[in-house]
Amino acid sequence: MSDSTGQKIEITVTVNGELHGLSVAPNTLLVTLLREHLGLTGTHVGCDTSQCGACTTHLDGAAVKSCSVLAVQADDCEVLTIEGLGSIENLHPMQAAFRDCHALQCGFCTPGMIMQAVDIAQQSSNLDAQAIRQGLEGNLCRCTGYQNIVEAVAEGASMMVATNTLAREA
Amino acid sequence: MHAFDYHRPTSLADAKALYATLEDPMYVSGGMTLIPSMKQRLAAPSDLIDLSSLSELQGIAQLNDAHGATLRVGGLTRHNEVADSALIQQHMPVLGQVAAAIGDNQVRNRGTLGGSIANADPAADLPAALLAMKAVVNTQDRQTPADDFFLDLFETALDAGDIVVSVDFSPPLQAVYEKFRHPASGYAVVGVLVARYADGVRVGVTGAGPCAFRACAMEEALNQEFLPQAVDAVDIPDAGFNSDMHASAEYRAHLIKVLTKRAVQTLLS
Repeated sequence: MSDSTGQKIEITVTVNGELHGLSVAPNTLLVTLLREHLGLTGTHVGCDTSQCGACTTHLDGAAVKSCSVLAVQADDCEVLTIEGLGSIENLHPMQAAFRDCHALQCGFCTPGMIMQAVDIAQQSSNLDAQAIRQGLEGNLCRCTGYQNIVEAVAEGASMMVATNTLAREA
Repeated sequence: MHAFDYHRPTSLADAKALYATLEDPMYVSGGMTLIPSMKQRLAAPSDLIDLSSLSELQGIAQLNDAHGATLRVGGLTRHNEVADSALIQQHMPVLGQVAAAIGDNQVRNRGTLGGSIANADPAADLPAALLAMKAVVNTQDRQTPADDFFLDLFETALDAGDIVVSVDFSPPLQAVYEKFRHPASGYAVVGVLVARYADGVRVGVTGAGPCAFRACAMEEALNQEFLPQAVDAVDIPDAGFNSDMHASAEYRAHLIKVLTKRAVQTLLS
């Protein structure tokens, strides 16, 4: 069975606020589109089997595992990746909280953790530790740094309330 | 992932017509099971027909029919939309509870009600809810009661080309879902939904057998006496139950009783 039928689909997708017209094969994953077509390598591929959440991005404002979404399914959608969340000079409150709380060790899971954390903060403005742990179920940290991650999400979520950055981006 | 062609029809009629012309097509909605399965080459459709543009499959509504309060949930409704729906919270909060128990947040943001029941995973949560809450599955041209819908492992009453347009639920007087959750996968090792109606109790079970089913002996015992201990004497034969590295058939049979008792206790408290 071949890797290509020759079919190409024209899609229009907004990534981090920038509109892209792209031609993709149907079996291109969203994460491949982001990393290899657009060079946005902040979104990581950990397990590639939808377990680990390292590839978490926002699709129309909701966290998804971009290794389990086809690029063609993002047609006419808004995608937000870690690169679009904040900048070095102006970190998103959740990024700042991860830094303040030392919520990363090797850092591989961090982009996915942060994108997921922003989504759960947007879903509920009243997150306790239990709700944060449940909300992070789809993200694995193999450095097992969960304790500081949970603290960071709590701090980041309250900073999002304080800075009025709770609204979903799409 | 192997190669396939992709189609996104904009009407139900077009989707079914397309299905009939293609070699080995599959429908995709959220794709939370199908896409990982295709990546592992457990599924290899020649074509994917994306249902996401079908407006007929969207929305949650209350029907003003003879039953009074039927809730109709569109096949494309995502699990987090079910969990967050004000209409469902008001009339049938247990369905929101079931949806919130599925997988993880990313899966709930993407996976759909129609996709989950069409897939009929033996450990999926929603089938227990459909069985316990007198659900009717609406496809393009027929209505199938949940009791006749789940047939076997990944096997339903859907014919080739059928699409789950919506599911009608009868809100119970009172209901709760008790789930023994596999800590890694999030699937139900066993899940039991106990629902009380004016005409009796219904008990939907998932995770234990090849497909979800109603525990009729439990229902009879609870109709006699709605107390946790009422199910003590009920025999749950484990013949044909799932047995794997996570739990034996005997253990799953035991869990059905334990979870049913917990559910009854919760409903009485």
